[in-house]
Amino acid sequence: MSVMKNIFKKAYDYLDERLHLEDLVHFMGKKYVPVHSHSVWYYFGGVSLFFFIVQVTTGILLLFYYKAGPDLAFESIQYIMSKVHFGWLIRSIHGWAANLFILAAVIHMFSVYFEKAYRKPRELTWVTGMLMLFLAMGFGFSGYLLPWNELAFFATKVGSDIAGAVPVIGEPLKILMRGGPDVTGATLSRLFGFHVALFPGIFTVVLGIHLILIQRQGISEPLEFEHLPQKEKKTMPFFPNFLLRDLLLWLVMLNLLAILAVFFPAELGHKADPFGSAPAGIKPEWYFLFMFQSLKYFPAHIFIFEGEVLGILMFGAAFALWLLVPFWDVKTARGEKNRFITYLGIFAIMFIIVLTILGWVL
Amino acid sequence: MSDLDSNQNRRSFLKYLLSTSLVGFLASVLYPIISYLNPPKQNEVEVSTVLAGKVSDFEKDSGKIIRFGNKPVLVIHTEKDEFKALSAVCTHLDCTVQYKKELGLIWCACHNGKYDLNGKNVSGPPPRPLDVFAVKRQGDNIFVSKKA
Repeated sequence: MSVMKNIFKKAYDYLDERLHLEDLVHFMGKKYVPVHSHSVWYYFGGVSLFFFIVQVTTGILLLFYYKAGPDLAFESIQYIMSKVHFGWLIRSIHGWAANLFILAAVIHMFSVYFEKAYRKPRELTWVTGMLMLFLAMGFGFSGYLLPWNELAFFATKVGSDIAGAVPVIGEPLKILMRGGPDVTGATLSRLFGFHVALFPGIFTVVLGIHLILIQRQGISEPLEFEHLPQKEKKTMPFFPNFLLRDLLLWLVMLNLLAILAVFFPAELGHKADPFGSAPAGIKPEWYFLFMFQSLKYFPAHIFIFEGEVLGILMFGAAFALWLLVPFWDVKTARGEKNRFITYLGIFAIMFIIVLTILGWVL
Repeated sequence: MSDLDSNQNRRSFLKYLLSTSLVGFLASVLYPIISYLNPPKQNEVEVSTVLAGKVSDFEKDSGKIIRFGNKPVLVIHTEKDEFKALSAVCTHLDCTVQYKKELGLIWCACHNGKYDLNGKNVSGPPPRPLDVFAVKRQGDNIFVSKKA
């Protein structure tokens, strides 16, 4: 034991001599997490990070056997699922962690929203977080096609066709996504490139900025907590108290992933046939369902506009407003309570839940 | 002109030169990348007529999708022994339609769009009718061609 300790100390001294670690140790020792009745929400950022790490790990493992291309993709996943040792496990975990990643990120986003933690000086942390959420949806959309099965093929056709309905930029965007006018092998190559290179690259940079901002500014305190006298503020050291709790939760999540992957493994379905009819039950991933379902309620024409186009533009505007909330919520920035923001958030959650259920059942 | 003025002039000239060359540099980098992303137009073989198959390939009261160039076309052999051919691409969101025997209609499974056998959109979200193709029966062969 003392040998190990010795080696560790020698390594530390070696680095300390060159990098002056005491600054860093001092900084980490000063990190505190506020303790209050809403402290539980602080964990969801870390949980999202955990799922991202799982995605990178399992994604790299899948890359060792996956082959992009309309003649190879489906077969290579069949091979992963049936022949590769634990291939079914790796793919199922990748599928489940993708869903839980989005879920954890959405919970994290809403908790930050309701605590109004986006207020000055954390506007940029909010913006980088929202960018990562959009990227996560991009990961979901691009990854969905990669198995090249019937469901994914038609869902991608529908999804990219909806994007194509956006005025002016829609058509070029559709061609950019599809790599041509139709969903073909070219689309598979493109979405594969987005999924494994472009998006991870951008995501990693944005994540880095997000984490640096949090280190620089410390963890956000709720409005009421902020106004307490310093003595009455209950806190917990980040190292090791909060970190150990975080790690315990990560372990719980890993177990959850294993259970889900074993009992509900990922399905593959039938290989896509560009000259076959669409099967019944084409649905996007659950996190797109509320948008997809609401678009159905728009009539074919509203005045001179196509109903669907108007719907897409309205969602675009809503997302833009949401992304920019730290900049137009001036009341919270002044340190006052802004009830409107809270009601808007409750409305958004109700809307998403109701339309998701409708989309699921209908 | 004083020294200061000429310095100022030289500075603004250099600024102008540098910013123009920066724009030129960015354009020369971005233009090839954007062009690269725009996929080349495939020289589509202009198909005007396609042999869909033999009459015996099409069961009565059923539909089958054939390739017309690189587009799917639905060929229906109706109960009344007629042949009809329509574009199989749903006008709503690009899914591929099918002949629904029980309804005697063309049906899109994605969003429950329905068309009659002449391609007219009769219910659900499709905004436009399906394009109709001409069918010719020559002996035992069925030919599908674009309508003039």
